Amino acid sequence: MALTFMGREVPALTWGVLLRSLASGVGITLVIALAIATLLTVIGGGGFRTKLIYSLAISLCCWSVVDGVRRVIFWWMLRRALARGLPLPTDGPGWRVVLALVALTALIGPTAGLMIGDALTGIRSPSIFKVGDGGIRVTLAMTLIGTTIGLTIWAVQTRLGRARLAAEQAHKVAVEQQLLMLQTQLEPHMLFNTLANLRVLIGSDADRAQAMLDRLIAFLRATLVASRSGRHALADEFARLSDYLALMGVRMGPRLTSSFELPDELRQAPVPPLILQPLVENAIQHGLEPQVAGGHIVVRAERVAAADGQPMLRLTVADTGRGLEAGTGSGPGTAPHTTAGTGFGTQQVRQRLAALFGTGASLDLQAAPQGAGTWAVVTLPLQSPERAP
Amino acid sequence: MTPTALIAEDEPLLAAALKADLAAVWPELQVVAECGDGDSALAEALRLQPSLCFLDIRMPGLGGLDVAQAVTEDWPEGANAPPLPLLVFVTAYDQYAIAAFERQAADYLLKPVPRERLALAVQRLQQRLAARNAIRPGVGDASTLDASLAPLRELLASLGPQSGVAAPATPASRIAVIPAQLGNVTQMIPVEEVLYFEAADKYLRVVTASGEHLIRVSLRELLPQLDPAQFWQVHRSLLVQVRAIREARREETGKVVLSLRGRGEKLVASRLYAHLFKGW
Repeated sequence: MALTFMGREVPALTWGVLLRSLASGVGITLVIALAIATLLTVIGGGGFRTKLIYSLAISLCCWSVVDGVRRVIFWWMLRRALARGLPLPTDGPGWRVVLALVALTALIGPTAGLMIGDALTGIRSPSIFKVGDGGIRVTLAMTLIGTTIGLTIWAVQTRLGRARLAAEQAHKVAVEQQLLMLQTQLEPHMLFNTLANLRVLIGSDADRAQAMLDRLIAFLRATLVASRSGRHALADEFARLSDYLALMGVRMGPRLTSSFELPDELRQAPVPPLILQPLVENAIQHGLEPQVAGGHIVVRAERVAAADGQPMLRLTVADTGRGLEAGTGSGPGTAPHTTAGTGFGTQQVRQRLAALFGTGASLDLQAAPQGAGTWAVVTLPLQSPERAP
Repeated sequence: MTPTALIAEDEPLLAAALKADLAAVWPELQVVAECGDGDSALAEALRLQPSLCFLDIRMPGLGGLDVAQAVTEDWPEGANAPPLPLLVFVTAYDQYAIAAFERQAADYLLKPVPRERLALAVQRLQQRLAARNAIRPGVGDASTLDASLAPLRELLASLGPQSGVAAPATPASRIAVIPAQLGNVTQMIPVEEVLYFEAADKYLRVVTASGEHLIRVSLRELLPQLDPAQFWQVHRSLLVQVRAIREARREETGKVVLSLRGRGEKLVASRLYAHLFKGW
């Protein structure tokens, strides 16, 4: 559960996070103190116990200073963010800020540590300002080395933690994307209506039922493959679209007609699987289905040249439906003739194109040049078949 | 009296199958009309006055819920008027609609419809028809009619005017002025000055105290952009500014006639929305 601060919940701050960071700080400090005491005993000889007491006292004092100051700065950052309504900081100040505190640490840590050590052992240590004293020099040197090592470990830990968080985030986004894509392609309304039709055909026309089932199987298989990305040939893409249109054709009867224009030279061009399917679905759902008379869909592939002469593949899904204005529901608050395409399907296609080709590919929605209807035009780099993964 | 039915379903195979299945489980039922779209379903329902309507939710033109509302509002009135048809909604998958049906207990069928489920629905429909015929002499009384409208009213309310097509509007997307264009001039009409909106064909009449304008937007598109506390829908084609209503007079048929402040004409609220004007 996130802790509240000034009446607001701070998501980055929970009891678990707080306790874990305290425990790891103390743990690292204890290990470093033990290492220093052992090192000094091995090199200089003498009592390990006394060295451990002083080393622990100084280390814990140093850690208290560093961690305390860091937390005070974090607290101050939170206050400022809350007061000004800025986004809340997720963690404390950068390690460079903390490194600047090493000087302060080197001063306060040993002073306080020596006093505690003296109180525990009964020995009277010289002041740390007696830099001529050999023992004090060793103490100061060890403090600096120990603090630097401790801070380095802490900085590396923080960085690793952030990287892991980013990786988890990226993975989550990828999985969500995949799910969304499956959801658009396996739209339950389409699936159940198709099954309802199939159920009728089984009784009345077994041959047609079988043909419809084959189409459905091919389409479902392609959907599962598409969700795992990769590419397939444009001819395959057109075959899957024809499956989909055939399924819809059984449902809509004579209200839906379709045709394909695929030049032979483009048959093997690699494309992302089912990239056009959401566009065909949109054309039916928003363009043709609302019209009592239905309409016609043309899926067309062309080779065009980009401004820089690069060969491009232009894929068009053209329908004779209600048109963009009616389909997107333009009210007084929305701009008519929008090419933004704010729908779920077009958004999916855009995101996939952006992920695969960056700015090299685009989706454009436009009113049909003649008559009513909509053109959805995808332009992407034309790749040769052997270069495809 | 032979029970009659209308089937509104845009997918020809499914319409034929529903008809065949109904013939098997309810041989006396006479299917008087099969319509492939909402508009013709509405026209045929009003013309043939069947005892049952099977309505697909997603259809070209008007959807099943729109047809239900329009049939209810345009149904003939009076003591000798035939009773409203029993409405059965049919859908493949509309998650919001299904939840609403379940809550409102109006009858609905999920496609594909198994024969046993259809038989169960038929059984319930037969019971309700029988019960209705038994009390037939008393029909026409506004209060019994009102009770029979309650489930449909609640269904429409819970699904909203958009029938689940669009998400409900957040206050952020509300508009303050209506731009009404006539030739080269666009009049900017503050929403507060609008007394009522009336749907007329492809246009919407925007009526203010000083005049009226036509805009090319449907009521359905406009509705989510207005404050529902400021404008009440009192009929499927009427949206009235609440503050502009001076008086609501309830008629015997269940209809409510509204008089406006600042305008002479009277508006008629449908029976479906009459409950809005129940006094404290």
